[in-house]
Amino acid sequence: MAARNWIFAVAVAVAVFLSLSTFSSAQDLQIVNAERRIDLSSHIVKAFLTLKVENIGKDPAADMLLAFPPTQIKNLAMVQALAVMGKKKKKTYLPLDVKPTEQPDAPNDAGYFLVSFATPLGPGETVTLEVLYILTHSLEPFPVEITQSESQLVYYHDSAVVLSPYHVKQQTTFFKTPSTRVESFTSVEPANRAGKEIKYGPYEDRAPYSYAPVIVHFENNSPFAVVEELVREIEISHWGSLQITENYRLTHGGARHKGVFSRVEYQSRRSITGSSSFNALLAVLPPRVNSVYYRDDIGNISTSHLRTGFKKSELEFEPRYPLFGGWRATFVIGYRVPLEDYLFEAPDGRRYLNFTFGCPLVETIVNKLTLKVVLPEGSKDPSAVLPFTVNQDLQVKYSYLDIVGRTVVVLQKDNVVPTHNVPFQVYYTFKPIYMLAEPLMLVSAFFFVFVTSLAYVHIDLNIVKK
Amino acid sequence: MAANGSPKPEPMAAKKASPDLLNSSFSFKSLKLKTKQQELLLRVSILGLVYVLAFIARLFSVLRYESMIHEFDPYFNYRTTLFLTEKGFYEFWNWFDSESWYPLGRIIGGTLYPGLMVTAALIYWTLRFLRFFVHIREVCVLTAPFFASNTTLVAYFFGKEIWDTGAGLVAAALIAICPGYISRSVAGSYDNEAVAIFALLLTFYLFVKAVKTGSLSWALGSAFGYFYMVSAWGGYVFIINLVPLYVLVLLITGRYSMRLYVAYNCMYILGMLLAMQIRFVGFQHVQSGEHMAAMGVFLLMQVFYFLDWVKHQLNDTKLFQTFLRITVTSAILVGGIALGVGTASGYISPWTGRFYSLLDPTYAKDHIPIIASVSEHQPTAWSSFMFDYHILLFLFPAGLYFCFKRLSDATIFIVMYGLTSLYFAGVMVRLILVATPAVCLISAIAVSATVKNLTSLLRTKQKVPQTGSAKGVGSSKSSSKVTLDQSQPFHKNGAIALLVGVFYLLSRYAIHCTWVTSEAYSSPSIVLAARGAHGNRIIFDDYREAYYWLRQNTPTDAKVMSWWDYGYQITAMGNRTVIVDNNTWNNTHIATVGRAMSSYEDEAYDIMRSLDVNYVLVVFGGVTGYSSDDINKFLWMVRIGGGVYPVIKEPDYLVNGEFRVDKGASPKMLNCLMYKLCYYRFGELVTEYGKPTGYDRARGVEIGNKDIKLEHLEEAYTTSNWIVRIYRVKPPTNRL
Repeated sequence: MAARNWIFAVAVAVAVFLSLSTFSSAQDLQIVNAERRIDLSSHIVKAFLTLKVENIGKDPAADMLLAFPPTQIKNLAMVQALAVMGKKKKKTYLPLDVKPTEQPDAPNDAGYFLVSFATPLGPGETVTLEVLYILTHSLEPFPVEITQSESQLVYYHDSAVVLSPYHVKQQTTFFKTPSTRVESFTSVEPANRAGKEIKYGPYEDRAPYSYAPVIVHFENNSPFAVVEELVREIEISHWGSLQITENYRLTHGGARHKGVFSRVEYQSRRSITGSSSFNALLAVLPPRVNSVYYRDDIGNISTSHLRTGFKKSELEFEPRYPLFGGWRATFVIGYRVPLEDYLFEAPDGRRYLNFTFGCPLVETIVNKLTLKVVLPEGSKDPSAVLPFTVNQDLQVKYSYLDIVGRTVVVLQKDNVVPTHNVPFQVYYTFKPIYMLAEPLMLVSAFFFVFVTSLAYVHIDLNIVKK
Repeated sequence: MAANGSPKPEPMAAKKASPDLLNSSFSFKSLKLKTKQQELLLRVSILGLVYVLAFIARLFSVLRYESMIHEFDPYFNYRTTLFLTEKGFYEFWNWFDSESWYPLGRIIGGTLYPGLMVTAALIYWTLRFLRFFVHIREVCVLTAPFFASNTTLVAYFFGKEIWDTGAGLVAAALIAICPGYISRSVAGSYDNEAVAIFALLLTFYLFVKAVKTGSLSWALGSAFGYFYMVSAWGGYVFIINLVPLYVLVLLITGRYSMRLYVAYNCMYILGMLLAMQIRFVGFQHVQSGEHMAAMGVFLLMQVFYFLDWVKHQLNDTKLFQTFLRITVTSAILVGGIALGVGTASGYISPWTGRFYSLLDPTYAKDHIPIIASVSEHQPTAWSSFMFDYHILLFLFPAGLYFCFKRLSDATIFIVMYGLTSLYFAGVMVRLILVATPAVCLISAIAVSATVKNLTSLLRTKQKVPQTGSAKGVGSSKSSSKVTLDQSQPFHKNGAIALLVGVFYLLSRYAIHCTWVTSEAYSSPSIVLAARGAHGNRIIFDDYREAYYWLRQNTPTDAKVMSWWDYGYQITAMGNRTVIVDNNTWNNTHIATVGRAMSSYEDEAYDIMRSLDVNYVLVVFGGVTGYSSDDINKFLWMVRIGGGVYPVIKEPDYLVNGEFRVDKGASPKMLNCLMYKLCYYRFGELVTEYGKPTGYDRARGVEIGNKDIKLEHLEEAYTTSNWIVRIYRVKPPTNRL
């Protein structure tokens, strides 16, 4: 019954898209071959799309469009494109510029990204592109609520064919599921399943904006660790260290837990109960990290281990309780790193901080990331350089012994995934003389205390002479 | 500079050296201190060291665990302080807290002593003003050690006032590390007592000073000290009774003076007016039986003054005698009638239960189980005196001896303070705290006087033969001279031996105090620590695990029912509404919870439904062997519940007067809600190797009911070591 409905829906959708296919913006490109591999093994959906693009027009093409259905565009965390150069053995990859764009006559609110080629594609030439896009919140738990002993099943909605404004001559799509347990998947012939892989295609000669909705219903017990909000504060002290404080609001984004939580079952039959829950998290911290703490509103949490290494440090920690679907935990991680590893002087005399963006937790989605770089007091002209767009803002923060306050560069981005963990820079000017302000203040305070006590001892305040 | 200097380096150096030498010799001469200055320097540096010592000795808890708030009441204080710093004083003063005592709520501003919170908030605001952006939690954690340090200063001045500076220094040192005081002032023990002991001692010191000088300014200071004490702790009742008692004793012993009149009147009147500003205290100073002694003595003072004046005016002893008789009788009559009418009409409230239980230690056990159920309200055992006072217990009588030898207004005060507070310390464990300053001061007198006598004996030994012989020649026989001469070396050796003994005792005291502080009094009792099989430290953080789970994973308006001990912690850490908490103001409400816990599940369900309870929290130590859990507290729930609801009868839960949880337990016990919640599915668990399943490690027995079915509740969460178990109350099933 359900399957029949789906087939009907697919048919309607295909019809709709076919009817819209008269729309064209740059029809002088065509996709010779498209291969799409969608990795569904964690809650971050990674899609690797290999496109072989040919220019069939008369003019050289400088860029091409990537289209995404509206349901995906809002969950799209990142799109990257690489141009493959050279032949099989000596492949080199060239990163291409990708930016979101609007199309005035987009069918069904499809979203677009514009990929600019490194060199314009001449008529008759072909180029191979590797596109990686990452989707968050795209696995929909079904059933929505599960008990402790059930494992978590999710839906994934997509299309069997690549949504593209261009004609696609040949294409295949692979879905990789985390386990062999697949409840159902929409069949769009030819489609078959082998082990953890579901293959759709190959499909020949699909018109632009072809669409064939499919649903995969499968088991996914990987930790659905979603950080609803993360505020990272990086405080620069020119006295030799960076203090990083990270405030997490973590939740289990999977199927909601319902009914009892039985400790006896959780601790004695760990393999079969609570399989979708997680109780340990891993944070990758910089090397040479020190003074690490892990606490929450009501105190220190004692379950954590730190392994320091030359390339990275790993903090393995457990929330106070295991997280079942819908359960939350808030906590703070703080650490300190030596300043000389991250603060440099630019050739023009300005200083810049070079630090990693994103969230240190492994395999987590951050719904809202706010990164605050607290510059030392007296810093001027801050500017941030990032490889992607973020909301930027300036604030003032008062910390120990501050008079005018410290400038804070606030960088805010939604929907952050681990691939956003790339370096960024914050430039600012700072005069070293300001470093002396605070010691001088302390010295003068003590001086004042001693002077007043001296004065007090020597001044006779009696009204009546003794 | 260097080029210029190089041709003739030697003469330059020589020239420079000579004035330098001169200067240095000059400065040395001017730097050499007089004996008095040396003494001052020594005194100030000793006091400074004691001040620091008192602070850092209390930081064991921070080092062993973390900078956190301890135990039960401090969590309430922390929560209110947080509120005060966030919302300001007026909001705090008018705060109606709907998160506790559901559905009654609690008027926080009118039912608490705000002194502690205001103090912490002031420290916090001052630090923020000085650009030290500390967290309010750190301020709260360190308030107690900071005030303990201040107490040492007051103890010094007090000791100086009643004896001499030496005694003051010793008193400061003793009180700095005395376990009796440390027990309630370690870092994190953010309770009223933390500032109250400081306020108490300050008030007493200023009052003694006022009596000694007869100065209004000291009396005024003492009134303000009293005001601070009233704002901080209910123990102020001790001051308002001890001071009149002291005045009365002075009157009886014929030590009445104008100084006393000024000191007491000013302190009492101003102190009373100021104390009325605290909402929780209000008009109690004129309306409550506990405060009537002070008023009586105040009136007596006026009568005394009046009589003195009349005596001065009359100059006729016979006439004065008659007048005295008439006045005293009528005064007593009027006072008695006023008191009688006041009490009968209900204007003057009778003594409270707590006050009665102080005078009669068995009172609470018979009449108010809720007071008797608190462990810190138990009568003190000898061992805990030894534990908290150590050598002070022996030095105290010696100090009393010295005090009686040199009787003055001040020493009479300290003797009275020592004796009365020691009595109260014997009645209730927690009142050891109040006695500690007195014990330290009196012991300090003993130490100081002994050491002073002994050292003076040692010092005068060279001069003694001369003076001794001179006296011997001048006064009496040659035989006595011989014995004196012979006794000198004996005296000297004896003095040395005694001094060594004193220092040995004092060093033992220091070692004992350090040990007690680090081992016994620095545990936050939220986090439990145990030694593992390999000597490693195991931490049981179950309380916070459960509270945080409540805070994060339950609806924000959820009501949690637990025994009242955990009420403050649930509201502060779990941020959820509780039915009862540690402010035991409504006995009936607590009894209702006690009744629910000791009823069968069906009956308990009705009670819980009527109280809108969503979650039930119990503390269970059967897995870890943690003995202060709800099963061990259970009899108190039965008693308190039974005190209000006669349906609950204690014998139903006992077998031959014995409390058991194994197979031999009474059927009511095996099926009451508390038993079910604690042992639900515990029967499936093996807790100890070689023991059957369901072996309760806290009580060392196999439980009697292993097949527990819950009908109206379901397990919502159990912490990793099973110490806290939370159950969800199911909504009623559809009747259709």
